[in-house]
Amino acid sequence: MNVPAAWYLVLAAVLFGIGAFGLLTRRSALIMFMCIELMLNAVNLTFVTFARTLSDIGGQATVFFVMVVAAAEVTVGLGIVVAVFRRRSSISVDELSELKG
Amino acid sequence: MSAVAYAVPSILIFATAAVLILVGAVGVIALKNPVHSALSLIMTLFGVAIAFVAQSADFLAAVQIIVYAGAIVVLFLFVIMFLGVDRRQHANVEPLVGQRAFAGVGVVITVAGLIALMAKAHWVTGAMSVSTNGVALATGQGNVKQLGTAVFTTYLFAFEATAALLVIAVVGAVLLARRERTLQSDEVEV
Repeated sequence: MNVPAAWYLVLAAVLFGIGAFGLLTRRSALIMFMCIELMLNAVNLTFVTFARTLSDIGGQATVFFVMVVAAAEVTVGLGIVVAVFRRRSSISVDELSELKG
Repeated sequence: MSAVAYAVPSILIFATAAVLILVGAVGVIALKNPVHSALSLIMTLFGVAIAFVAQSADFLAAVQIIVYAGAIVVLFLFVIMFLGVDRRQHANVEPLVGQRAFAGVGVVITVAGLIALMAKAHWVTGAMSVSTNGVALATGQGNVKQLGTAVFTTYLFAFEATAALLVIAVVGAVLLARRERTLQSDEVEV
């Protein structure tokens, strides 16, 4: 018998927490993107676990779409990082303060 | 639940996946060099792929390796090398006072709340979803056919929308990363 779903859910929750902590504390835009990927993977793991537990293929289909959106998001995000780096030779998010109100 | 004896292989698989995921995730946020962070991210992604296989999501595990570890991390590494930020050590400064402490407390509260919610609620009952019309998820030997049927029937509109999304993302990335040519053409005219 497979391990209980709760183990995977707790693992996904911890992974989400690690990603959120990194997103809140790191300064480099690239590392922040990687932390977003960690959080997305935690959610994907939760979806797959519930797909197994509830015996519903919809969870796996949702993970499929999350992966597509993650790929598009990384493409555009890294394009923005490259454009910002061209203008100010830094990818530290602290120096992007033009919109400070 | 403690009376049920879980098979040792499934526990070993879970432990392997958990170690890979957690060590990789901590490496992503703790390592100073962005290249090392990207390599730690690959470790986490492989751990998640193991967890997918263990839960009979074979197709998603393959896509996880191909798309995430194969494409997204390569894109990360390409941008790191392209910008040349791999040698620049980010100073260990804390511009906002107490930000790490607040972030830590917030994250601990969030994770504890999630786990408490899952422990109290009756979501993990093993009951079957009501939206499947009585079709059980094939386990053990993969369910690629089932997933394909669902994506091309129930989720067809979303699937078509992702095509438009990907085209828009590619065009947007090219536009964003393009070098401005206006100055050079002016110079040619002068």
